Amino acid sequence: MAKPITLHKGYDIKLVGEAEFTTSDLPVSEVVAIKPPDFPGLVPKLMVGEGDEILAGQPLFFDKNNPQIKFVSSVSGEVAEVVRGSKRRIMEVRLIPDRGERRYVQHEPADPLILSRENIINRLLEGGCWNYIRQRPFSLIANPEDTPKSIFVSCFDTAPLAPDLGYIVDFEKENFQTGLAVLNQLSVGNLHIGVRGKASGKDLTESDFKQVPHEHIHPVQGPHPAGNVGIQIHHLDPIKKGDIVWYVHPQDVIIIGRLFREGRYRADRVVALTGSSVKAPQYFRAVTGQTLASILNTRTKADTARIIQGNVLTGTTSSADDFLSHYTNQITVIPEGDEPEFLGWLTPGIKKLSLSRTFFSWLFPKRNYQLDTNMHGEERAFVMTGQYDQVLPMNIMPVVLLKSILARDIERMEQLGIYEVSEEDFALCEFVCTSKIEVQRIISEGLELVRLEG
Amino acid sequence: MFVPGHTTENGVHIRDAMDLKRTMFTVVIALIPTLLFGMWNVGYQHYLAYGMEVGFWENFVFGFVRVMPIVVVSYAVGLGVEFAFAVAKGHQVNEGYLVTGMLIPLTLPVTVPLWMVALAAVFCVILGKEIFGGTGMNFMNPALLARAFLFFAFPAYMTGDIWTDLSPEPGHALVDAWSGATNLVAFDTNYTNMSSVSNMFWGFEQGSIGETSVFAILIGAFILIATGVGSWKIMTACCIGLLGMGLFLNLVAPADIPTHAMHTPAYYHLLLGSFAFGAVYMATDPVSAAHTETGKWIYGILIGAFTVVLRVFNPAYPEGVMLSILLMNVFAPLIDHMVVERHIKTRLRRA
Repeated sequence: MAKPITLHKGYDIKLVGEAEFTTSDLPVSEVVAIKPPDFPGLVPKLMVGEGDEILAGQPLFFDKNNPQIKFVSSVSGEVAEVVRGSKRRIMEVRLIPDRGERRYVQHEPADPLILSRENIINRLLEGGCWNYIRQRPFSLIANPEDTPKSIFVSCFDTAPLAPDLGYIVDFEKENFQTGLAVLNQLSVGNLHIGVRGKASGKDLTESDFKQVPHEHIHPVQGPHPAGNVGIQIHHLDPIKKGDIVWYVHPQDVIIIGRLFREGRYRADRVVALTGSSVKAPQYFRAVTGQTLASILNTRTKADTARIIQGNVLTGTTSSADDFLSHYTNQITVIPEGDEPEFLGWLTPGIKKLSLSRTFFSWLFPKRNYQLDTNMHGEERAFVMTGQYDQVLPMNIMPVVLLKSILARDIERMEQLGIYEVSEEDFALCEFVCTSKIEVQRIISEGLELVRLEG
Repeated sequence: MFVPGHTTENGVHIRDAMDLKRTMFTVVIALIPTLLFGMWNVGYQHYLAYGMEVGFWENFVFGFVRVMPIVVVSYAVGLGVEFAFAVAKGHQVNEGYLVTGMLIPLTLPVTVPLWMVALAAVFCVILGKEIFGGTGMNFMNPALLARAFLFFAFPAYMTGDIWTDLSPEPGHALVDAWSGATNLVAFDTNYTNMSSVSNMFWGFEQGSIGETSVFAILIGAFILIATGVGSWKIMTACCIGLLGMGLFLNLVAPADIPTHAMHTPAYYHLLLGSFAFGAVYMATDPVSAAHTETGKWIYGILIGAFTVVLRVFNPAYPEGVMLSILLMNVFAPLIDHMVVERHIKTRLRRA
């Protein structure tokens, strides 16, 4: 095993509402939707029309900028409706799934170990699984024409209430192994796996990776964001201008593995339903595009709760009317915090979570908190210094980088490491920010700027 | 008064409970020990000058009556100007003045006229802060800038025998031995004439309202460091710079003048004048200090070193803390720039 990486900077946000190790199968909802906005940078071009019969794995639309990347249906049935937004942008392709057995586009199962890299790429593109491979910088879908310097899979998630990836992988170990073999071929032996440094419970360990050379398995120890793939890339194979690194989520590795072992695009995912507004947090097996209502059902507590696809740091606000997004592995439901609090900034704050020690809650480090969506203040200019540095385990100067983005100074951004960062890596900086600055939005704008003009 | 009921919209869905109001309020809490001691000391120095033996509460009440108007005027005028700017520019009243409004009185002599306090508050808000765009945009410490303004504009009210309130006491006259000279004046001519180390530490000496008691300031420093609001790096670096320069001057001090200020034991400088107050409450202003972690060390060390240099070699103005901090406020962006450039070079080397 490779030398362990120990990170000291960061913070584990302990929240109420972690999912129990119980998984229920959910029946497919009456409507399923595949949503082009799930894919950053995608310009979709439809390949089906309303009323068309479709199979699971059949392409629905492709990327105008890269026509070989197709986006396929997760179910078989009929195309019910194409929902468009402003400027006729395609927002959803709604499908009515078959009530009976799911029908698939059948591909030839194959052992990735005997396939060429080109053949593997073609199978992934044809099978609709290419979009699970994403690239840094910019967190976009990878370009099949590129050769990445390495591929990363982070097998543990340190985000608040994150699903236990060891538990999820345990359901389909063979498909996971096959998926890793696919990635190993793709990366020409440069596949890097991040595992939790001090493995416990259901965490994946070196013995779970038959396809990966042991020197490419990296134990990473530390608080969040140690589990972020961007942090692992930064410490193991940093990105310079012009470099490309691909990354895949373990759950997507399993879906890729299914394509090669079963010859089918089977987009069922194990999703953790978490948060303090969930009655009994647990795992569910659902299909991509399933309605959130079918997952939430009567399982949430309050009416005024925020439904988030993802975790509380990087997830997107959603609703019961929405559909399970392509990359979603977690749904979090927490209370809204829209009540003003009289002299709230003056109270001892026993139940308030803060990295600063101005609230007496720091006396209870093991407590799990029930946090709501209150801002706890208003946006101000940068005042406090050194806050971001405490939670960003990267050789990056966060505030200096943010200011260079605000100044739209592309050369400076590049010098300061814009290509190495992603919004999710800065989520904790945004969480701790006393001035309530929208750090992730600024990073996103910076990345967009260098992508278009850098 | 309220933490507003605003909820997160983009980005993270939960936020740390800390905001700028609480940050500033924490600093105000940390200033309270110096304010309370300052009030008592104003009374103590007054009755000492008249040779009167009075109790704790009489000292305190005397000081309270003299100091509170200065605090009230500072807050009322400063917040008034802040409010006017908030209305004119269409933004909310900022929290920054919560601290500045307390710092201004604590850095002034108790005999300062109230109109001068008002002028300092106006100067502080307009030229110290708003002209640059408000809290977070200024490059110099506003409270210190206000004090420097008064110091250079009205030297007669800011230097000399102005440190003790000498309001007449019927039936009492000033004691013969009384002198309005502070330790810094004594130290400049003959460092052995200073009051005892113990008096300097506890604060039983003349000086600006909040600066005299190193003990009270240490309580404040503990609060700031424990809560993470004040930078321990800057405080520590100030002390390192001060002690380092103090020791260096000891080494090169003229042997034929044993009472020369250069012979002052380095640790005396920690207790002398307003160094402790400056290092704990002024140098640590996060906006005007260096922003980078390495920069904070350089910034602090230079403040400490310059303080000693100014004290020892500037006969016109034996106290150097204010000017050192203001000077390094000006240099802080340059220090940060150098740190960032070095960071970029190491990044390129790694690549």
